[in-house]
Amino acid sequence: MATLNNSLVSPFSEHPQGAGRSARMKLVLVGNGMAGIRTLEELLKAAPELYDITVFGDEPHPNYNRIMLSPVLAGEQTVEQIVLNDRDWYARHGITLHTGKRVVKIDRRKRFVEADDGTRADYDRVLLATGSRPFILPVPGADLEGVIGFRDVADVDKMIDASKRYQHAVVIGGGLLGLEAANGLKARGMDVSVVHIGDWLLERQLDEPAARLLQQSLEAKGLNFLLKKQTAELVRGESGRVRAVRFKDGEEIPADLVVMAVGIRPNTDLAESAGLHCHRGLVVNDTMQTYDPRIYAVGECVSHRGIAYGLVAPLFEQAKVCANHLAEHGVARYQGSMTSTKLKVTGIDLFSAGDFMGGAGTESLVYSDAAAGTYKKLVLKGNKLVGACIYGDTLDGAWYFDLLREGTDISQQRKTILFGQSHIGDSGHGPAERVAALPDSAEICGCNGVCKGTIVAAIRDLKLFTLDEVRAHTKASASCGSCTGLVEAVLAHTVGGNYSAAPSKKPLCKCTDHSHDEIIATIRDQKLKSMRAVFDFMEWKTPDGCPTCRPALNYYLLARWPAEYQDDAQSRYINERAHGNIQKDGSFSVVPRMWGGLTNPRELRAIADVADKYQVPEVKVTGGQRIDLFGVKKTDLPAMWKDLSDAGFVSGHAYGKALRTVKTCVGSQWCRFGTQDSTGLGVKLEQMTWGSWMPHKFKLAVSGCPRNCAEATIKDFGVVCVDSGYELHVGGNGGIKVRVTDLLCRVETEAQVMEYCGAFTQLYREEAHYLERTAPWVERVGLAHIKARVVDDAAGRAELHERFKFSQQFAQIDPWKERAEGAAAHEFNPIRVSA
Amino acid sequence: MNDWIEIAKIDDIPRQGSRVVDLGKADGGEVNRIAVFRTVNDEVFAMKDKCPHRGGPLSEGIVHGGLVTCPLHGFKIDLATGEAVLPDKGCARTYATKVEGGQVFLRLA
Repeated sequence: MATLNNSLVSPFSEHPQGAGRSARMKLVLVGNGMAGIRTLEELLKAAPELYDITVFGDEPHPNYNRIMLSPVLAGEQTVEQIVLNDRDWYARHGITLHTGKRVVKIDRRKRFVEADDGTRADYDRVLLATGSRPFILPVPGADLEGVIGFRDVADVDKMIDASKRYQHAVVIGGGLLGLEAANGLKARGMDVSVVHIGDWLLERQLDEPAARLLQQSLEAKGLNFLLKKQTAELVRGESGRVRAVRFKDGEEIPADLVVMAVGIRPNTDLAESAGLHCHRGLVVNDTMQTYDPRIYAVGECVSHRGIAYGLVAPLFEQAKVCANHLAEHGVARYQGSMTSTKLKVTGIDLFSAGDFMGGAGTESLVYSDAAAGTYKKLVLKGNKLVGACIYGDTLDGAWYFDLLREGTDISQQRKTILFGQSHIGDSGHGPAERVAALPDSAEICGCNGVCKGTIVAAIRDLKLFTLDEVRAHTKASASCGSCTGLVEAVLAHTVGGNYSAAPSKKPLCKCTDHSHDEIIATIRDQKLKSMRAVFDFMEWKTPDGCPTCRPALNYYLLARWPAEYQDDAQSRYINERAHGNIQKDGSFSVVPRMWGGLTNPRELRAIADVADKYQVPEVKVTGGQRIDLFGVKKTDLPAMWKDLSDAGFVSGHAYGKALRTVKTCVGSQWCRFGTQDSTGLGVKLEQMTWGSWMPHKFKLAVSGCPRNCAEATIKDFGVVCVDSGYELHVGGNGGIKVRVTDLLCRVETEAQVMEYCGAFTQLYREEAHYLERTAPWVERVGLAHIKARVVDDAAGRAELHERFKFSQQFAQIDPWKERAEGAAAHEFNPIRVSA
Repeated sequence: MNDWIEIAKIDDIPRQGSRVVDLGKADGGEVNRIAVFRTVNDEVFAMKDKCPHRGGPLSEGIVHGGLVTCPLHGFKIDLATGEAVLPDKGCARTYATKVEGGQVFLRLA
């Protein structure tokens, strides 16, 4: 700890070292809101004993969910329901809480802060999270009674109070906050007019056509809109309260309550008075440190790389980074966020992200159906999506946001992209409907049977903010993941207004901050050849990883260093460790390899004998043209494999993230339509590729003619024989989400098919993320990239193919035979003890 | 039943892995299986080889830190207490173990 402290600009070495309460450093948090408290939560997880913590907040409440003020105003929730950390929480963690006290001074020389009532607290470090305040238009009458912002519980109380006593409300500002305020006041029974200076509502979130649709549906709810209106004065009534709003054009409308929602300003008064550098916010670096190294800042008061964020997801990312540094781990960096927004007004779905207006150098794809209340605009620049603006059916918002964030090449999807991801078969949850319109009983997650109502209740009651949290608590989208978009939509709709999707970079798992791509590159560039080396070099946060990262690292190391890496059985899922598929009763299934789906009477007799000898309860033909023996006891596996091995069988790898099967049709040898020997080619392909470990399962097929009886166009690599040669297709999938392959190219000879297949397979093995099938991989990196590497670059293709063949030397050792001869015996033999 | 039973040498259990101890037929006729785990730090823990969620064989799970993850549905179980890691709920029965001179002992009571 001492060395880390010394590396900071400011010498912390004077703080007392050693055990015991008095030895702790003092941390003072100024600002008792969501960003500050989230930082404390992260800090307490990382270093619970490091600080004595004091919190100052100028509101009388403990930390509550500011995003949910709109539902409170609309009468859908109560203040008690939106409290995130009750007073018990502060007490449990030994935090001294001062509510209703505004900090007015930071003495950076003597190191204490002082509140408006004279309360002082000494500090070693300060965390400033003073948030923002509503911008009040500097017009005459702005200080009248009845003129307020929309920021905190007190504002909501004033609005609710006004709604009971007065009739006319005017909201100035047609942005997200203004519309939510207007909606809430209308629900409270007031006549509401929204005044907006712009040509249309939400001009920072929507383009004009979408905004018109929104305006129509809000007008149908009874709201009035005055666009292109500039406020000149708030007129004083006889009682001293505001009476009317007068515009520059002379028009006047009655107003007993005026809500200013024209924007927010970072609240930097305290920081500026303490001499900290501020420029459109309190300026911080990528570690959330201000120009005073003892003072950190997070939240809406902060300016990071010139941007002040007002959405909850970026603030929580900042909190995580800041906590990492307060905990003296010193490794995390905040690099900014990309944001998207949704409006939280019941029954209205809109979504926008990125550059949705478009302009020079961009093109737009537009789908508009005014009668159905649906509008979609996607903005493209080159082959990439740079912006999206959706009104009505926002189910695909999360998908578009992903394409945008990842910079995916969408040139192959131009014709269909407007219809969203859900236009192709999505098994397990029926037709996609507007999430807002779904009843609580609608099943969202078909794998785990989770309904919309359950998810909404969990989000509200357990105060969840992220997809991961919803998954952990409800299991929705935690299995096959195909309903992820729906769950995100429910989350966005429930958390609403300030929800924004994921961080700019996705770490592999909670053990690390590094992404799949960074890990793959580091293993390659730093020549890391063991899991321990990766843990040490990349500063893993856990002693020995988790079930997410260990199998991934094991694969990456094996794929990169096939000759040198020692496979780690304990980092493999049980199926790959025991070389069979575990079933729900703990028994295993056994699938012997049948090359290209070909078999003969001798092999069938051997399988029948084995099934009899080991009393196999069920024998089934699989979709990949193999025979599956179900219900085998684990202790019987090695002996059964010995019998199969003696009959000439090797493992079918039906259990692995590996080459599975090559499915074939009969081809020119028998079929009157066959153009080539598809069966023979399938056998050759399987002999070349069997045994190779992959990021995920990998299936091939060879069809003898375009009738495509082997279903080659929904396989990872499919060959369709034609009279002049062979069509090669890639990236298909017949599972969760049906995806038809993309045509890679046409070739003339079997030898070419083999080389292209080896090269494509190796490219996938080297570049895809662990557990990423070829279908999403092809969509992520783009077919153009794959064509460039496998088709256009002959020398590169030959190298890829050579690397594949090299790694196959080490992979094509039958694991069943090894185990039948006694390898890994401990895996299969229990310790017998008579009790 | 308060006796320590000698079950194996510690090196018979793979590090970050487990072995199953088969106690034969218990009273109810059900085969009684106990999973004995060895962590990366060579600590040894034992519990009933049955996940509190849907009865999956915990001995087949991946051992990481002081936890094992059930192979069927991914429940994480604390090896020391048998408790599922929040937000999941449930508890597997644990048994006392000790390691002396490289020998692993198990107590069933």
